[in-house]
Amino acid sequence: MKEKGIKKFIHDFGVPRFIILCFLIALFILAPFVGADLPTQVTNLLNRFSWNAVLVLAMVPMIHSGCGLNFGLPFGIIAGLLGGTISIELGYTGVLSFVMAILFATPFAIIFGFLYGTLLNHIKGGEMMVATYVGFSAVSFMCMMWLLLPYHSPTMVWGYEGKGLRTTISLEGFYDKVLSSFLEIKIGNLSVPTGAILFFALLSFIMWSFLKTKTGTAMTAVGSNPVFAKASGINIDKIRTLSVIMSTWLAAIGILIYEQGFGFIQLYMAPFNMALPAVSAILIGGASVNKASIANVIIGTLLFQGIVTMTPTVMNSMIHMDMSEVIRIIVSNGMILYALTRKTDDRRDA
Amino acid sequence: MSNNVLEMKNIKKSYYGTTVLHDINLSLKEGEIVGLVGENGAGKSTLMNILFGDEVIASTGGYEGEILIDGKVENIGSSFDALNLGIGMVHQEFSLIPGFTATENILFNREPSKKSSISSIFGDRLDTLDRKKMKDIADSAIDKVGVKINDSMLVANMPVGHKQFTEIAREISKDNLKVLILDEPTAVLTEKEATTLLMSIKNLASRGIAIIFISHRLNEILDVCNRVVVIRDGFVVKDSDIKSITIDEITKCMIGREVGERKRDDRNFDGKGVIMSIKNLYVDMPGENVKGFNIDIYDGEILGIGGLAGQGKLGIPNGIMGLYDAEGDVEYKGKKLDITKPICTLEEDIAFVSEDRRGVGLLLDESLEWNVSFLTMQVKNKFLKKILGGLISYRDNDEIKKVTDHYIEALNIKCTGTKQKARELSGGNQQKVCLAKAFAMAPKFLFVSEPTRGIDVGAKALVLDALKGYNVKHGTTVVMVSSEIEELRQICDRIAIVSDGKVAGIYKASEPVEKFGALMIGAGV
Amino acid sequence: MKNFDLKKFLADRSVPIMFIIICLVCIPLSGFSTSYLFNEIVTRVARNTFLILSLLIPIMAGMGLNFGMTLGAMAGEIALIFSSDWQIWGIPGVVLAMILSIPISILLGALCGTLLNMSRGREMITSYIISFFINGIYQLVVLYMMGPIIPILHESIKLPRGYGIRNTVSLLNLRQCIDNLISVNILGVKIPVLSFIIIIALCLFIVWFTKTKLGQDMRAVGQNMEVARAAGINVDRTRVLSIIISTVLAGFGMILYLQNMGNIATYSSHSQIGMFCIAALLVGGASVDKASIGNVFLGVILFHLMFIVAPRAGTVITGDSMIGEYFRVFISYGVITLALVMYEAKKHKKKKMKDGGDNEE
Repeated sequence: MKEKGIKKFIHDFGVPRFIILCFLIALFILAPFVGADLPTQVTNLLNRFSWNAVLVLAMVPMIHSGCGLNFGLPFGIIAGLLGGTISIELGYTGVLSFVMAILFATPFAIIFGFLYGTLLNHIKGGEMMVATYVGFSAVSFMCMMWLLLPYHSPTMVWGYEGKGLRTTISLEGFYDKVLSSFLEIKIGNLSVPTGAILFFALLSFIMWSFLKTKTGTAMTAVGSNPVFAKASGINIDKIRTLSVIMSTWLAAIGILIYEQGFGFIQLYMAPFNMALPAVSAILIGGASVNKASIANVIIGTLLFQGIVTMTPTVMNSMIHMDMSEVIRIIVSNGMILYALTRKTDDRRDA
Repeated sequence: MSNNVLEMKNIKKSYYGTTVLHDINLSLKEGEIVGLVGENGAGKSTLMNILFGDEVIASTGGYEGEILIDGKVENIGSSFDALNLGIGMVHQEFSLIPGFTATENILFNREPSKKSSISSIFGDRLDTLDRKKMKDIADSAIDKVGVKINDSMLVANMPVGHKQFTEIAREISKDNLKVLILDEPTAVLTEKEATTLLMSIKNLASRGIAIIFISHRLNEILDVCNRVVVIRDGFVVKDSDIKSITIDEITKCMIGREVGERKRDDRNFDGKGVIMSIKNLYVDMPGENVKGFNIDIYDGEILGIGGLAGQGKLGIPNGIMGLYDAEGDVEYKGKKLDITKPICTLEEDIAFVSEDRRGVGLLLDESLEWNVSFLTMQVKNKFLKKILGGLISYRDNDEIKKVTDHYIEALNIKCTGTKQKARELSGGNQQKVCLAKAFAMAPKFLFVSEPTRGIDVGAKALVLDALKGYNVKHGTTVVMVSSEIEELRQICDRIAIVSDGKVAGIYKASEPVEKFGALMIGAGV
Repeated sequence: MKNFDLKKFLADRSVPIMFIIICLVCIPLSGFSTSYLFNEIVTRVARNTFLILSLLIPIMAGMGLNFGMTLGAMAGEIALIFSSDWQIWGIPGVVLAMILSIPISILLGALCGTLLNMSRGREMITSYIISFFINGIYQLVVLYMMGPIIPILHESIKLPRGYGIRNTVSLLNLRQCIDNLISVNILGVKIPVLSFIIIIALCLFIVWFTKTKLGQDMRAVGQNMEVARAAGINVDRTRVLSIIISTVLAGFGMILYLQNMGNIATYSSHSQIGMFCIAALLVGGASVDKASIGNVFLGVILFHLMFIVAPRAGTVITGDSMIGEYFRVFISYGVITLALVMYEAKKHKKKKMKDGGDNEE
């Protein structure tokens, strides 16, 4: 009887998710034996969690409204990059530069999200593939723009030409670690980026309470059964567009938080590869193509970043091979593949 | 003395405990045309699915009884079995490949081919197609049907009639064809095409093929068939030579169910006002088009809308609720109603229980609480509680649970609790949840579409009683759309019969059933 | 009437026309000589066409753009690594690599096809993710298992640490062996005749294939799976076969591509190849559900012409050499995006008409 319970648990939890969890636990158990310092590891994990969690949270609204996994994340990231660079260009520094970055990113995110959402409403059912390529097109278009837009701030443009933004821009003196260092807790080797985690908690709380409102409820219903929602007097397209705007805005904020933790703005092709880790993180956390919760975001980011941070240290010391990159590719894409090949479209008929 | 090509003996079939076919006996002689008639849901399609080996049958536990082909008992487990035994079927929906020519479709997956050195190594699928032979076979099959179809025309470019003929030609081109099933072949045809089709059916029968002809157009049945078989509620109620039966008799057999007496008194609404007046309603709902529907609905009555499938009765509520494109004048309480957006109708306290329970009516993957409260929450801003001084309103879970519990008790919904997912309930209980959803909105006017479709007898009675009770208690006007005329007669005050998207006639529900039957059948003539 | 036809004719070919205009604008700006352009185009057509042709069969079978063709490319690379490790050079080396690639391609193709059958309705995004996933497996094999588990004889292709393959594997000894075997020089343009013969042979194969029973079945499955299944066709198997054939052809195509390039960029050669091939096909006027051999040739010429002239033209216009580089990347992605949007919008409209309302899943 009890064994059955465990089997059922594994089944409900999902086999790949279970394997990943076991793998991570094994890494943590092995870590002390190979001489890795546990507090350092935990610090690492918490740091990376605080950088990435908001980007993963950006998946939630679109999954809720039935738009699928947001492979178009780069779209929002671009809004964030514009916000960040404009804030620096205008000479804001320190905490203010972060606040201004968010303020500048917001209108871009809303406009991009609106356009992107309108596009997705015309191609219902094919959102994910189109989203991927819309994201790519936007990134490559911005590559030209980063060169052509009239930025002048000496900290950002190529020194010898005096124009065109650099590939990597240091945030020192701007919003480097503005959140992470806020109320930072330090015990020996362990440090907790309290500010960044609190900020994520705040955004999560807003998301969570939004889903409890009338509109939030409508969003979940649109994702669960659009025809039902329509028959209940809901404007499906409007709700979907709203969800895309929310996702895009969260992605914009997410990248700013990532940057403040990482310490650099990465331009040009960098946003390209940011969608897949976020997508697989939320899937690892237990979400599916059409269901996701805040808990999925937290669990998923922890598991995913746990693997990213732990594998190199443990594997390196054990077999002297750095297979972490390969493992990350296999795990993250394997997880997405698993979610895509699950039957999910039996919603209308059992 | 029988040279029966096909004999079906004591066929029984049930889906999930509901018996659909009780005891069917049907036989066909070589070259005979048998007309098969019955109301929707009488069991015709199930019977034909059994005969054609549809996978639905096997996946729901197969059938009972015997099927004899040429006097030999055969077991039909799949459509391949059926094909091998010489049973062909022309479906209502065309099963043709749109981008293929008539020839390619006629010989689809039976193409004559030429061996080549490559195919002898890698298998038959690399044989090249013998286009010339294909054309010859297709042409001769088209000839047999007796129509002119361009064999190299793409099906996508064909008029509807030609598609139908292509399908028939496909079946005929099979050498072993013994029994051909035609499922409402004339439904989509123009009059002229239909005449040609009937001619070619006769022509085929004269070649020795036995034909089962399913149609709602009784004139056609009288015209081409040798014999007519009427099915009702899973029984054969009439099996008669065509010469000794009239349309009226067939009609009576089809709908004349011996049901209990009408359970209500006649009410008179002549003095009361008109609550909704529908003029020139057109609805573009595929398969259920409404073409100029007019009616005045009295305040507080229960109006039934009946008619055969495909005549447009389902389009009426769906159009008014804004779920399909519609135009026309709908006046509600003296004001013009905007029927293009669902929210406009809903805000007038007009609710709708859809015929498509699982697709439109329910959030299958959400709790009963959500299903019951969602509509009311969105339309009437109920079940919300304000926090932060009214800045934000949350779902009020306590209120939602209370209302769900109330309806679980009032409608006797069998479930494990308010948190159970709608998907896990039985059909009847799901239907009650749909009613609860509408009732929770406290509607002044209620459309109910096919409320008893696919649910068992006990649940049917409960659903009908609930509707009647609600009408009496709250004075809510109810418009109930159903294909079961007896059901309408049980609870309605008046019944309108829809045919070809228009009102064919309106009678008091206490009128004899034959009068309604005549209106319904009149549709096809 | 005639006017209407012309409009439709132009609308259907809007993408190639747009590209012709881009090229017409960029060619004079770039200042390249005609003979240089011809030489470049001929080389690139010979190099890429085979790969692009491998995309046709899955489109015919209704499985959309096969982003999983990367799998075939990886199979081709693994086969070439072996043949160069065994020091079999020249044409025998190419042939051996082709033979070696077949079982790997079949295995990967079958896996890909099976997964795509499990994710019906979203084949493209799935095949796209599969290409990433298998890339991880590829790296695992090539970077870690070649050496300790899979014997590699020659140190020259191994990484200095003793296992794994170097970032670049030189194919100097079979470089352009096919291109040069029978090559003709016409007006200063080198024409690799044998390469073109191989490409034409593949075209003939595809034409022949569409006339076989299997080809007919694939067309049917591509148009309506339900009807095909009802007629007794094993739909799943047919779909898997189309992916396997595509993967095997992509493997051959990659080997031809690499023999022209003369070296393997072990960890990056395959990563962009799918994207460029798909973009080229779409530039030729193909769509997600319809593509012909004509689209392939037109596409490969226009796309690569744009590829050659855009960076230089970009430099002339903006004074920045990177602009043109980014421009051509943007155009590649843009054209795929456009094709996908057009296809999905058409599908959505059709569905809307069928269901009446806004009733999608």
